[in-house]
Amino acid sequence: MAARIPRVPVREQDPKVRAHNFEEVCYGYDLAEATTEASRCLHCKNPRCVAACPVGVEIPEFIAHLAAGDIKGAAGVIARDSSLPAVCGRVCPQESQCEGSCILGVKSEPVAIGKLERFVADNSPVSESVQEIPEGAAKVAVIGSGPAGLACASDLAKKGYDVTIFEALHKAGGVLEYGIPEFRLPKDTVLKREIDEVKALGVKIETDVVVGRTVTIDSLMDEEGFKAVFVGTGAGLPRFMGIPGENLNGVFSANEFLTRNNLMKAFREDYLTPIHAGRKCCVIGGGNVAMDAARTALRLGADTTIVYRRTEVELPARKEEVHHAKEEGIEFQMLTNPVEIIGDEKGWVKAIRCIRMELGEPDASGRRSPVPVPGSEFEVPAETVIMALGTSPNPLILNTTNGLQSTRRGGIEADETGKTSREGVFAGGDAVTGAATVILAMGAGRKAATAIDEYLKSR
Amino acid sequence: MFRILTREMLTPNICKMEVEAPRIAKAALPGQFLIVRPNEKGERIPLTISDYNIEKGTVTIVTQLIGASSAAIIATQEGEFFNDVVGPLGNPSAFVGMSDEELKGKKYIFIAGGVGTAPVYPQAKWLHEKGVAVDVIIGAKTKDLLIYKEELGSVCDNLYLCTDDGSEGFKGLVTALLEKLVTEDGKEYSQAVSIGPMIMMKFCTLTCKKLGIPEDVSLNMLMVDGTGMCGACRVTVAGKVKFACMDGPEFNGYDVDFDEAMRRLGQYKAEEAVEREKILK
Repeated sequence: MAARIPRVPVREQDPKVRAHNFEEVCYGYDLAEATTEASRCLHCKNPRCVAACPVGVEIPEFIAHLAAGDIKGAAGVIARDSSLPAVCGRVCPQESQCEGSCILGVKSEPVAIGKLERFVADNSPVSESVQEIPEGAAKVAVIGSGPAGLACASDLAKKGYDVTIFEALHKAGGVLEYGIPEFRLPKDTVLKREIDEVKALGVKIETDVVVGRTVTIDSLMDEEGFKAVFVGTGAGLPRFMGIPGENLNGVFSANEFLTRNNLMKAFREDYLTPIHAGRKCCVIGGGNVAMDAARTALRLGADTTIVYRRTEVELPARKEEVHHAKEEGIEFQMLTNPVEIIGDEKGWVKAIRCIRMELGEPDASGRRSPVPVPGSEFEVPAETVIMALGTSPNPLILNTTNGLQSTRRGGIEADETGKTSREGVFAGGDAVTGAATVILAMGAGRKAATAIDEYLKSR
Repeated sequence: MFRILTREMLTPNICKMEVEAPRIAKAALPGQFLIVRPNEKGERIPLTISDYNIEKGTVTIVTQLIGASSAAIIATQEGEFFNDVVGPLGNPSAFVGMSDEELKGKKYIFIAGGVGTAPVYPQAKWLHEKGVAVDVIIGAKTKDLLIYKEELGSVCDNLYLCTDDGSEGFKGLVTALLEKLVTEDGKEYSQAVSIGPMIMMKFCTLTCKKLGIPEDVSLNMLMVDGTGMCGACRVTVAGKVKFACMDGPEFNGYDVDFDEAMRRLGQYKAEEAVEREKILK
């Protein structure tokens, strides 16, 4: 009875140690652990995990290969549907997708699908040659090298298109590079390897090109011969609260703070990038980005508190991230909302004036909305404040492309398949939906690749 | 990788470089800026475009030695490469969007200070080629630090020089010279554009207000990405928070909170001093 084997726990770096370094928190399985865990899969006739995966990875099939010790075979199964398995194995919210629907989870614990995917990806061989693009293949431009763009580009390259990804920053990966910290997703050993695999499919990546400034979608299509364009530019604009004191020195967006540390490697002695975490840091917000920012500030030496206006139950961050943050010594100040940031005589942050909140009636999202408790203001001392309040899509592409419609929330309007109001232009991921997850963006990228293929074949 | 075609030290601390970047050269307009990352371990530094040449596929930048990263830019030699050059970023100057009709009869005065003199060149050139009246004031501490005299002289109607010590041109600050031109020499200007150190732009704005001349300033704030992502370049303009990279870099000087902008520019001073120490070692 496979179900009797308990879920194999995964080894992690000691919280006391890892609170002072940027090495990966989770060590992942070794071969023996992975094969044991793989043997727990019941191989359901109608696997709910596959249906719950936004890119539809054939999970029982890859697990069967793995249980038999065939890592290469397992990798081949995953590669049919996912171009970033080492990334997804680490950052996907498996608890609400594949693992959340695993039948074993009803009575015991679900198969550790994420950790198995990660094991397969980390241990499968890398491609040694770059695939040739067929001569005369139609050119497709992909804007943005984040999860949506990489997934779309991979599928298109597999279908034989000549794909170029344009990236505004100096390194490919989008949020995987600038947003997610090293301790959750190592850049050189994990992310770079997966991006190299995308390149091995024949995908070209041009960095330092800001579409909307350096070139436009119109110039790519009219002058550079691209027959179709996929826009996967994400949701990169930081939100601020609009409270007094937000422009004081020491107040940063989570985007700035994380980009300095992740993309620009401020944590490394040999890089010139400055970063300022201070001795006492408050991070405002309760999502994964808030956890990432707080855990980064902690590692840079700041005593760090997360300030969130609802309770722990409503925290939008993954449970695993909250658990890790607590283990490392991050404090949580719940039912608290900043109303003003207070500065010293030199214009640097010295405290946050907060107000206590209580939960009222459920709002449109179904979560109980927080209501301020009158007269409950108090001060929390802080040298730095990091705003992790969510992000919204960048309007640059919308403002510089003819015939593209926007949604009411500032995203690019696109249908289920990624088709926009402009012929030949497709969009998907956070650029359309607003901030969501890596895997949903990948799913949207894949759908758009199918739609682009159909569009180009029909012409 | 972006190759440096020419490199010239304009003063002991200011370096002019022509960089191969055909796509940027083709898209650039007056008022826009670039971000340069000289090498793998360097920062991303915003620099205003000082010229662009579509035929040669080049852009020109003028850099002043300030910190470790500007030192790395300047240390790059002719024939060598910058890791990254991205742009053109930000919006073009307001006049780029104006029709010939709107520009007709306008009289521009550019007030340029220090390294901020260089980006005035493409602006003055653009207007001069359209036949718009352009006067330029260049200010520096002393004669040897005046840059772009010949270049600007060739694209304006009147070039005025001033130095703090009187070693060349008018003795005094750019604001005093501007005031003299208007109140004593009877010059009339319909639009001023000030580009230079923040403190200079703050005082130029006060003088322009006093003289009743509308004025734009170009804000070179701290930035990471330059595309609206990080928010490091936040400035308060007319009471509202703006991002210099996406909403600027040029703003109506009357509306800018210069004291806040100056304070925010110094945000990483302590960390930068540490980096500088490391480099010197």
